[in-house]
Amino acid sequence: MARMVVDPITRIEGHLRIEAVVENGTITDAYSSGTMVRGFEKILKGRDPRDAWAFTERACGVCTTVHALASVRTVEDALGISVPKNAELIRNLMFCTQYAQDHVVHFYHLHALDWVDVVSALSADPQKTAQIATSISPWPKSSPKYFGAVQQRLKTFVESGQLGIFANGYWGNPSYKLPPEVNLLAVAHYLEALEWQREIVKTHAIFGGKNPHPNYLVGGVPCSINPDEVNAINMDRLNYVGSLIKQATAFVEQVYLPDLMAIAPFYTDWAAIGGGLKNYLAYGDLPTRGYNQPDYFKFARGAILDRNLNEVHPVNGRDAAEIQEYIAHSWYKYTAGDSAGLHPFAGETEFDYTGPTPPYEQLNVDGKYSWLKTPRWKGHAMEVGPLARLLVSYAKGNTDVKEVVNEALAKLNVPVTALFSTLGRTAARGLETRLIVHWMQGFFDELMGQIKVGELSTFTRDKWEPSTWPATAEGVGLSEAPRGALAHWIRIKDGKIDNYQLVVPSTWNASPRDGKGQRSAYEESLVGTHLANPDQPLEILRTVHSFDPCIACAVHLYDPDGKHLHQVKVL
Amino acid sequence: MINVPGCPPIADVMTGVVTHVLVLGRGPELDGLGRPREFYSRRVHDTCYRRAYYDAGLFVESWDDEKARKGYCLYKMGCRGPVTYNACSVTKWNGGVSYPIQSGHGCIGCSEAGFWDNEPFYQHLASFPGFGIENTADSIGTVLGVGAVAGVAAHAITTNIRKKNLIEQERSGDEPTSKRDEPGT
Repeated sequence: MARMVVDPITRIEGHLRIEAVVENGTITDAYSSGTMVRGFEKILKGRDPRDAWAFTERACGVCTTVHALASVRTVEDALGISVPKNAELIRNLMFCTQYAQDHVVHFYHLHALDWVDVVSALSADPQKTAQIATSISPWPKSSPKYFGAVQQRLKTFVESGQLGIFANGYWGNPSYKLPPEVNLLAVAHYLEALEWQREIVKTHAIFGGKNPHPNYLVGGVPCSINPDEVNAINMDRLNYVGSLIKQATAFVEQVYLPDLMAIAPFYTDWAAIGGGLKNYLAYGDLPTRGYNQPDYFKFARGAILDRNLNEVHPVNGRDAAEIQEYIAHSWYKYTAGDSAGLHPFAGETEFDYTGPTPPYEQLNVDGKYSWLKTPRWKGHAMEVGPLARLLVSYAKGNTDVKEVVNEALAKLNVPVTALFSTLGRTAARGLETRLIVHWMQGFFDELMGQIKVGELSTFTRDKWEPSTWPATAEGVGLSEAPRGALAHWIRIKDGKIDNYQLVVPSTWNASPRDGKGQRSAYEESLVGTHLANPDQPLEILRTVHSFDPCIACAVHLYDPDGKHLHQVKVL
Repeated sequence: MINVPGCPPIADVMTGVVTHVLVLGRGPELDGLGRPREFYSRRVHDTCYRRAYYDAGLFVESWDDEKARKGYCLYKMGCRGPVTYNACSVTKWNGGVSYPIQSGHGCIGCSEAGFWDNEPFYQHLASFPGFGIENTADSIGTVLGVGAVAGVAAHAITTNIRKKNLIEQERSGDEPTSKRDEPGT
């Protein structure tokens, strides 16, 4: 039977294809395919481990910094390096900056159009819109004139016939539930968010030289602090960071969160849709007493099985019995064969494309159908991401997390089980952003406190030179990217990278099923979803977008003979 | 076809190129590699605000050392500024806020072809016999500084030695010891 195909999934990062089996308007099965690959793991072999962060960071410009952080931690773990307190604080500030920008951009520019009908905003009453705006937030840009102007701008845009970024939307689909005024409010903030997101990333430029792809360093951070020098991180630079944090806090608390809370009540039916897997994994992050003290991370580490919030299982990245990658349905070859599961220390990246030659109608889903390997934790399929982070921290009793989650649940008048859904995932993203900006202010204040007492160090020298390294070393770097649990594994031999493996959050979530037929997060979450109009897979987009896919756009495509193709055919 | 390289290219450069075409009604002047001279005619090294330190032989020796905290030249830490054509030192990044060198890390040459294969990033380049600021990519050709040899040759000429002494004296608050040390001599 022909499956419904959505390819490419737009408003994500990277290349993703969804094939869904639809019976009487409801999805009964789904297949998720990552349609391009780049081969970072092959690229890194033989290189200096201290360079690795610069390569891996370039896995993605949307979630920049995340792979750099995982990479330096991986090498530091292998070589036994602990970074100075200031470096930990600056890395945390970089981390929080990334989250703030990434989640806001995701909500407005990638996800919102699944819930907000742009065309409906044209029939809104600017007066009523202003009333709604001022009733939910103290944000100053809220006059009827302002919303009238946004509406006029939108009108001119639509009437020009060139819908640009709003083209090909499913406007008018009965699944859109917001009144025109809320649509106009959201569109106005969509445009404001476009401006704002450029500002917050200036923190990356100050500490790391540029955004995207600021600079990191094995052993610390490259920027030096010197309050008595014009040519270093001094009070001017720090004041700038301080004001960016305040600006971010204001935008998140007065625009993002109020909008999220204003839109959610119209879609409470989505608290029962898109839940999918019942297992959640978080490596945790934001160290406060060093990377090797995960009990003092802001985001806790642990695994939840079967939605049981009364038991959090410990997670160990080095344990070969915990994380394995499978390739039963992935375009790879393992020396031990297709049913083997490999811990990343022993990982292999041997491309083996056996899929159809484009253009094609359907993938062969009984065989291999994706460039993503399938990771499993103790054999379980796990969801990673904001929801997983919040659930693990919540279950572990983290007071900050419990407070914001309980407050939101009360406000929306839904039980904890509402979290296990597309709506829950979307709300989790907003709630953690609120925590992030609050924590960011804390890290900044702590950094200023350090400098005040003369603690300026940003780098640990002792293991910088390869001559100080053992002949072989292996390390794992665990982190939480905005999209979920992220880890790199390295084997160093004679000062060079012998093996490097990345298991990224979207690998967990978007992977094809494993050899036992267990679906991963995306596939599982789509089963049971009803489509109001089977010709407009809006509901598929709502759930897939709730994961915030980051498949990472490819640069290279290999043909079945392993030859590097220089051209990409856009289907 | 206009070539706008970089990993990524500076956002303001990209909009600069697009608006150049839209507003001025013509394409920008291109160099031999198709790059707009408007943004790619100077090496990062030629316009770097730490160039005086390079010329004076004052370098960071180790991350976050005394000299790093003074913002000395990052040449010895592997900076690829001398072989990289880009606007980073002038246009800078994210609305002119900073650029890699200003934030303490050397340039990795991300706008040059195949930059990812040009040596480990922290191994420094051989010293260059001063290409001079007026040369552009066309006259230099595609020299990328491959096959670097360890060790910085004594590239300081007489003026540079004097400059170095001057800077160090300013730092320690001493008076210039002789007429030879004054600027302009």
